[in-house]
Amino acid sequence: MKFLRGGGIAGFITRRVLLGLLVMFLVSVIVFVSTQLLGDPARAILGRDATPDRLAALQKQLNLDSSKVGQYFHWLGGILHGDLGTSLASSQPVTQVLGARIANSAVLVVLAAIFSVPVSIAIGSYAALRREKLFDTLSSNLMLVLAALPEFVVAVLLVILLSTNVLHLLPAISPVPPGTHAWDYPDELVMPVATLVIAVAPYVSRIMRASMIEVLESDYVEMARLKGLPERTVLIRHALPNAIGPVFQVIAINLAYLAGGVVVIESVFNYPGIGLGLVDAVTNHDIPVVQALAMLIAAVYVVLNLLADVATILVTPRLRTRL
Amino acid sequence: MTTDQLPASEAESTEGRAAVTVRDLVIATTSGTEVVQGVSFEIAPGEVLGVVGESGSGKTTVGLALLGHARRGLAITGGTILLGDQDIRAMNDAQLRRLRGSLVSYVPQDPASSLNPALRIGIQLREVLEAHGQTDAKTNAARIAEMMREVALPDDPAYLKRYPHQLSGGQQQRVGLAMAFANRPRLIVLDEPTTGLDVTTQSTVLATVRELAQIHDVAALYVTHDLAVVAAVATRVAVMYAGRIVELGPADKLFESSGHPYTRRLVGAIPRLAGGRSLVGIPGHAPSPGKRPQGCAFAPRCRLRIDECEAEVPPMLEIASDHASRCIRALEVVDFKQDEYGDPVDLPEPDTDKPVLTLDNVVGYYGSTEVLHSINLTLEQGEILAVVGESGSGKTTTARSIAGLHHSWTGSIRLGETELAPAARARSTDVRRQIQYIFQNPYGSLNPRKTIGESVGQPLGIFKIASGKKADAMVGEMLEQVSLSASYARRYPDQCSGGERQRVAIARALISKPSVLICDEITSALDVSVQAAIVELLGELQRELGLSMVFVTHNLPLVRSIAQKVAVLADGSIVEYGDTAEILANPQQEYTRHLISDTPSLETATAEITAAVAPPTDGAHQA
Repeated sequence: MKFLRGGGIAGFITRRVLLGLLVMFLVSVIVFVSTQLLGDPARAILGRDATPDRLAALQKQLNLDSSKVGQYFHWLGGILHGDLGTSLASSQPVTQVLGARIANSAVLVVLAAIFSVPVSIAIGSYAALRREKLFDTLSSNLMLVLAALPEFVVAVLLVILLSTNVLHLLPAISPVPPGTHAWDYPDELVMPVATLVIAVAPYVSRIMRASMIEVLESDYVEMARLKGLPERTVLIRHALPNAIGPVFQVIAINLAYLAGGVVVIESVFNYPGIGLGLVDAVTNHDIPVVQALAMLIAAVYVVLNLLADVATILVTPRLRTRL
Repeated sequence: MTTDQLPASEAESTEGRAAVTVRDLVIATTSGTEVVQGVSFEIAPGEVLGVVGESGSGKTTVGLALLGHARRGLAITGGTILLGDQDIRAMNDAQLRRLRGSLVSYVPQDPASSLNPALRIGIQLREVLEAHGQTDAKTNAARIAEMMREVALPDDPAYLKRYPHQLSGGQQQRVGLAMAFANRPRLIVLDEPTTGLDVTTQSTVLATVRELAQIHDVAALYVTHDLAVVAAVATRVAVMYAGRIVELGPADKLFESSGHPYTRRLVGAIPRLAGGRSLVGIPGHAPSPGKRPQGCAFAPRCRLRIDECEAEVPPMLEIASDHASRCIRALEVVDFKQDEYGDPVDLPEPDTDKPVLTLDNVVGYYGSTEVLHSINLTLEQGEILAVVGESGSGKTTTARSIAGLHHSWTGSIRLGETELAPAARARSTDVRRQIQYIFQNPYGSLNPRKTIGESVGQPLGIFKIASGKKADAMVGEMLEQVSLSASYARRYPDQCSGGERQRVAIARALISKPSVLICDEITSALDVSVQAAIVELLGELQRELGLSMVFVTHNLPLVRSIAQKVAVLADGSIVEYGDTAEILANPQQEYTRHLISDTPSLETATAEITAAVAPPTDGAHQA
């Protein structure tokens, strides 16, 4: 097992990337096998009254007449060359069909992360500092309520509050027309991003609060205070780096979950992201699109978890020096 | 509280030059229960005052109060703390911050958890200087290098770039000391800084504390539960019991002619190198805050109790000009002979024809590293064999190999005639029943979700010895045998003290009637008086049941009072092996001699203190 150690942080990342590729390979097998259950694509395209001749011809055209193993490696080879196949529903390359949707979802997730992470870290830390005082009680309960509300309820409440009945500040739906980009319509992004921030913030701030409380009770924080350090130094230099490690993991899991496409939110706002794309593709038996999206979502999980692990190691010398 | 004033003459002992003066200090929980009640003392510059007490006596709370700090849920509610002429209690947060780490500094109990794991030690040292106004990088670097040399650590930049986990326990504690002396404070509070360090490291840390305090004329408050440690470092000692100082006086007087029954019992509980006497624990336990009796808090456990003891809290009674005791019979107590407790040890003769356990050329490994080199040991029927060494010497690995918990070893371990497989899992049920193991930490070794009765009764089920009512009866009997009552069976571990938990662990090990009992540092997490009680219990059980025991420890004096034989381990090899009394009286190896001289004990310490510590300049200490 010697090859699993050494090489410092670069060695660690290399090993994790190789491991990630292995995970992606296993995921590809599972995705391929499970999408076979969606039925015969040729039949899906031609409909119920297809003649056996045309069916056979189309199967040949789609490479469906070769063995399953052959089909799998053909598909996998395509992915490795950046060719995700052709959408059955639109007869266009999958990359072209999904490109805009992926960009839209990415914009949503990145914006949600940019707003939710600092805010929830700040709320969680401050609640820990003011433990069992007013701010802590209020924020902890509010976060609990928000965590308990399903996302679509939050979305609908926001629409009622900001776009319709109470105030009319923002558009209630965010349909990004084909050929344009989500960032061309900043006002349309506010509501979906706000919903996602509210969906993520409770988890991150609660883990931040718990982690910070533990660190504030630690001997080294007491020692830092007994050394006469200013409270700011105690918190920022001594407490925060130790408290944030576990938080990275929770952030990664939450963002990956968002990246997987919060179908309900996209549906409420009529936002063309990958969540809705996946639903459409499954309904249409558009197997190449389903496969591509499944692989993409898996890749996001792998990458975000890798990033979280690297971040945790960077703030934890005990782990870093062992590499 | 006003009746608790120290005698006037005591207050004079450091008159005019006290570095710190504490008067009638009261510390209470936020709900109003007093944890520390009317504590008064003074420390002169250059003097080390030892504060001794069992866990829960309030000694750490008093120490932290000198920095104006009270832990969560506590508050300083009465009295004065004067540092020179500055009143710490009158200070606001900003003033306290400037005080801490500059005029008064703190050395914590556990250096491993008190250094920030995420920061390099150089940064942690530098920030003490920077926080108190020294921002010049060059001066600070020079000062840090000087501090590192003073505590005998390397001062090169590469060393300062290390993280705490890259240092050993002893090195971490020296960094703590360097930090404490960085700003040349007037007062240092040391909170059990040597607990958890092995004896050699402990002795060098103690010497460093004593030297630095003297050289820099710093007053020090040394908090500990170990009287032997205090004897090695302090000139004067305050003994605390249930939140009050019960005796205050020069260290040698406290050990030779103490004026409080509690101090006498504590002294009696310390293992003696000279041996010859069994250890005697103190039965019962200290009352918790809020449940303290109206009169003398020690009265319920005191052999000298008279009815008047319970009328009111006794005042500090002056025995000599510098020696006072909170006992109404202090003047009688002080004249008792100190060695009244502890009968001469009469260790049973082991049956040398029947070795129960034989280790033959055992070589142990961690991965590919050889950590035990050809260990040969024999344990006779009815014998206690002590395995002694510093941390890392291989003593626990030896014990774990015998029990099959460490299975990377070669050679032969025989139980009676039976050859043992390396791993416990590969051994027969009966072999596993016959070898029982008691762990170091009673807080970690009992399942918190099981009642004491379930834990103790578990081996009965596993080894199919008994079940149902019969098992319950056996559990009750076993609990009685370890001096708990059968009613403990219904309790959970968190309702028991450390000593009680260790008794439960002993009961669990003994209920399956093992032929070999392995005790792995079982007293090192316990107070001295509790340790004495546990050792007393093991001695009794051995005499009654004819137990054969492997007793792993780093505490040599402790070995003297229970083990017939001792094996001294260093770096995975046995350096000395034989009769305990002979080895302790006449060690053949340099390593053993070091181990003996480094272990704090009353004999080594009092000899050293009279020799090494020059008498304090004020005449008041010379009674």
